[in-house]
Amino acid sequence: MHVLKRLLACIREYKLPTVLTLVFILIEAVIETALPFITANLVTEIQMQSPINDILRTGIILTILAISSMMCGGTAGFTASKAATGLSKNLRHDMFEKVQTYSFENIDKFSSSSLVTRMTTDITNLQMSFMMIIRMGLRSPLMFIFSTVMAFYMGGKLAMAFVIVIPVLLIGLLLIGKNALPAFRRVFKKYDKLNESIEENVRAMRVVKGFSREEYEKKKFGTAAEDIRQDFTKAEQIIAMNTPLMQICMYFDMVFILYVGSRMAIIDHSVDIGQISAMITYGVQILMSLMFFSMIYVMVTMSAESAKRIYEVLEEEPTLENPEQALEMISDGSVDFENVSFKYSAQAKKFALADINLHIASGQTIGIIGGTGSSKSTLVQLIPRLYDVTEGSIKIGGVDVRNYDLEVLRNAVAMVLQKNVLFSGTIKENLKWGNPEATDEEIQEACKLAQADEFIQTFPDGYDTHIEQGGTNVSGGQKQRLCIARALLKKPKILIMDDSTSAVDTKTDALIRQGFKEFIPETTKIIIAQRISSVQDADQIIVLDNGTVSAVGTHARLLRTNQIYREVYEQQTNGGDE
Amino acid sequence: MPRPVYKKKPSKNVFPRLMHMLFEFYPKLVPVTIICIIFSSIASSIPDMYIQKVIKIIVEAFENGWNWSKAREQIIPMMMFLIVLYLISTVAITVYSQLMAIITQGFLNKMRQAMFKKMQNLPVKYFDTHKHGDIMSYYTNDIDALRQLISQGLPTVLRAGTVVIAVFFIMMYYSFWLTLLTVVGVIAMMVVSRSMGGGSAKYFLRQQKSLGDAEGYIQEIMNGQKVVKVFNHEKACQEEFDEINEQLCHDSYRANAYANTLGPIVMNIGNILYVLIAVIGGLLVLNHVKNYSFSGAVLDVSIVVAFLNMTKQFTGNVNQVAQQINAVVMALAGAERIFSMMDEEPETDEGYVKLVNAEISADGKIKETKKHTGQWAWKHPHKADGTVTYTPLQGDVQMFNVDFAYEEGKTVLHDVSVYAKPGQKIAFVGATGAGKTTITNLINRFYDIADGKIRYDGININKIKKSDLRRSLGLVLQETNLFTGTVMDNIRYGKLDATDEECIAAAKLAGADDFITRLPDGYETELTGNGANLSQGQRQLIAIARAAVADPPVMILDEATSSIDTRTEAIVSAGMDKLMRGRTVFVIAHRLSTVRNADLIMVLDHGRVIEKGSHNELIAQRGHYYQLYTGAFELE
Repeated sequence: MHVLKRLLACIREYKLPTVLTLVFILIEAVIETALPFITANLVTEIQMQSPINDILRTGIILTILAISSMMCGGTAGFTASKAATGLSKNLRHDMFEKVQTYSFENIDKFSSSSLVTRMTTDITNLQMSFMMIIRMGLRSPLMFIFSTVMAFYMGGKLAMAFVIVIPVLLIGLLLIGKNALPAFRRVFKKYDKLNESIEENVRAMRVVKGFSREEYEKKKFGTAAEDIRQDFTKAEQIIAMNTPLMQICMYFDMVFILYVGSRMAIIDHSVDIGQISAMITYGVQILMSLMFFSMIYVMVTMSAESAKRIYEVLEEEPTLENPEQALEMISDGSVDFENVSFKYSAQAKKFALADINLHIASGQTIGIIGGTGSSKSTLVQLIPRLYDVTEGSIKIGGVDVRNYDLEVLRNAVAMVLQKNVLFSGTIKENLKWGNPEATDEEIQEACKLAQADEFIQTFPDGYDTHIEQGGTNVSGGQKQRLCIARALLKKPKILIMDDSTSAVDTKTDALIRQGFKEFIPETTKIIIAQRISSVQDADQIIVLDNGTVSAVGTHARLLRTNQIYREVYEQQTNGGDE
Repeated sequence: MPRPVYKKKPSKNVFPRLMHMLFEFYPKLVPVTIICIIFSSIASSIPDMYIQKVIKIIVEAFENGWNWSKAREQIIPMMMFLIVLYLISTVAITVYSQLMAIITQGFLNKMRQAMFKKMQNLPVKYFDTHKHGDIMSYYTNDIDALRQLISQGLPTVLRAGTVVIAVFFIMMYYSFWLTLLTVVGVIAMMVVSRSMGGGSAKYFLRQQKSLGDAEGYIQEIMNGQKVVKVFNHEKACQEEFDEINEQLCHDSYRANAYANTLGPIVMNIGNILYVLIAVIGGLLVLNHVKNYSFSGAVLDVSIVVAFLNMTKQFTGNVNQVAQQINAVVMALAGAERIFSMMDEEPETDEGYVKLVNAEISADGKIKETKKHTGQWAWKHPHKADGTVTYTPLQGDVQMFNVDFAYEEGKTVLHDVSVYAKPGQKIAFVGATGAGKTTITNLINRFYDIADGKIRYDGININKIKKSDLRRSLGLVLQETNLFTGTVMDNIRYGKLDATDEECIAAAKLAGADDFITRLPDGYETELTGNGANLSQGQRQLIAIARAAVADPPVMILDEATSSIDTRTEAIVSAGMDKLMRGRTVFVIAHRLSTVRNADLIMVLDHGRVIEKGSHNELIAQRGHYYQLYTGAFELE
């Protein structure tokens, strides 16, 4: 219910088309039920050989009604489309907007592929359902009620036919729906899984072929597909019972009305031919409306899953809040970790970082070294509040990061992520993410500093070279340098590079660090690296091990005192001689 | 998911081919279904004749003052006939609707299986040249469209078509005039639905395109959401998205509006036709206009009433067909795409040299055996003299003067020769695009060489059965692909009959055991979405364990340790060295520390081998490798 309320709230400016649809559908349903009634009069008039003018008058009324019904139905088609596509637009907008407020924690929770499905497939499902509901959801019960009332009003005893049939059909449809729904749900889950496994195969084709596992995969897929076939057939067979059920009810009505109707007509003239033919029409209308209603019920229930998934995105609370009375000024780039501990979720048993105390002076260059899983990335991500500390505090310029305005904080702390992304667009457009107002000179300056200018100049289109989605048309090292340049354009107080030069050769890497020293001495530079050479000239090197600080010191000191650091260093420098 | 562009017109032979397959899969069920559909459709048209007859009796009774028992004599047999017809018809409907469920799902299953089988047999080239999203959409969008066609489109068209024809003849039986009127009305309906249907198709295509745009944008931003946050770029993205969203809403509104409007309009043309039949029919009756018909009956009220119902049926069924047009066109376009994949050339394999279990006796004689001995041999039948020779599997790989091009005219390997002896570790070093990965692609025959020779244990690899060749080569790629299932399942992928102990031993060798045992469920931890819950380095470790459990004589490591820190890498490489003692290893690595201890390092540049030798030799040469090593050059 909350789900429905929350989603319907997104109709907003499309309330009018929604209401109009309902109104037009209402009128259409009224006319639709009036038509057989008036036609019955017409038939009787013809039978009674009434004057031509009477017949024509009734005919014209009928034509006008049919045309009005067409106009209403047509207009409702347009307004329903407006309302449904409008709703889905608003939902998509709201979801996108909501995701923009998400913290890293929220994003991790959903995973990006799940967010994509929720914003595409689920919304499309919901749009279809909504359109169905406003077009048919009201119409079917209305048609049912009107037709039944008219049938009883006109047919008298003949309407008994419906008294018998409607409950039978209703119970039948309910039973079918009740059994079909869980069957379909099960099937669709399995179906999704099957498609996932196909996708897995497409992606991993080299692995499959490399291990000669084609036959194995075929067999595995064959079993899964056969399983789905069985379940799917069962589900469809249940739903297929709708057709004969519907038909037999219709047939029963027909025979009943014809037999009882003719009997009544002949014995006491309590019905006339017009009524008999109208009753047949109403019979069809009543049964069809019930049938549609059951179809809508099934469809809506099936899209409930989608609705829930959209709702989850909209209702997810961002785990990071901008503080009230936020500070908008950051005095300098000093960073202090005070008794910081962190875990990714409250339920996690182990802390990813435990009891970290660090002092980094403004303008210093800091290196961070540590093995896979030593929480290097986690440590630096706490600085621009990509995650919030679980215990302790982090201070920039002597003030807790949680007191700064988020935008101010993140503008001051530039972060080059490990898993970095360039977006489709030109190089220049990508770089301007760092500063939308950057001049061409500033952009070139940043690129020179990141050692990117040189290779950009070799591209035929230079800074206007188009980057493909995901940055697939530049090499790994080029991509990394573009990402560094993009971060530099922010003119940050603190620059964090999370393994950002791993694909860059050592010489260029050294040039970049040299440039930093010369041109941005004020900026605090924090560099995570695998290569010792990337950090050995840093003011302080932090050695992380399993979420704790193993040692802090200069290269020379660590070589003497820290075993981990020494091992890594030896591995990298003289491994060839072992 | 990127959507395929919908071609307007599917080619002509798609439909016959589809029908052919349908009949081939279900040679009995399909005809039975068709007969049931046709029978029940005709049965549903016949009552109109009886309505007319009953009404005629009522009118006659009215005029002649019959009592009920007299009328009943005539009505009861009719009713009995109707009831029997209805009962048979209900049986027919039940049969065909149940059979349709079986046929539809059975057909889709066979189709899916055929597609998957075909896909497994396609060469790697197909996957390198087709977008994965496109391939996926054959299985999802296109199969769904086929489902729609077979379960609804075809039966509807068949049923509605039969009803229309049957009703048409019944109409002709009663009155040509009124039939003519109905036909004119139906033509009007068809004209309207065609013109509207055309408009709807146009907007539908536009909707597909803007849906694709929106999906693409959402995908890009969701994947880069962390970058968006780091750069405070939320507002700008929102603005960009709103624009795309607005366009999608606009196109989607148009497409749906057309589709929504078609139904009511066609239905109400039917209503108007209904009124016209009543009025004109009434006028004809009143004016005693001469009736022409097959039956020669005089036009009276009973015929007009029967016509009213027939008109409803007629227009209702035409409407149903009109509603299916879009679905049919989409399904045929989908079928065409599916067929285009099924018609792709499969990976050919003329190899006849097989890998067999062998018993090698003390005097070096090799005997083929069924049981697993841990020793393998190449079974080489010679066509010329009918003899069979056995060569022990050793892992000796040699390439002689190999040239290769992925695309004609763009040669990526020039005259490359490699000699790898069992027990050697051969490293390839060079910039992206230098041809390192291409060499490994050729050894396992993902691609076939254009010129030159590759020999494995002295046998031309073209003569070796591909599956056996690949079984003898362990492969670890930079881009790690894991499968849904437990960690244990994933390791066992390398050797399907490996025991848990073997898998754990392989994991230990690969240095993966340590982190695996620390996972919440250890080796039984479920991996989903390509192991999204693991770090890149951890995934690589599992991939190495997977290759290690297969225990192959030759191992290819293509940037296999790129995301593993140097300390862990040292552990891995120690394990690998132990495993591969006496075997051949090809290593491609970006980090030079990884290749330093190779027996032979080959430096590639633009598809040519420019230097080769051991680390020390190459350093002494002070050439390209030396510059790379000292950081003067960049590899990318």
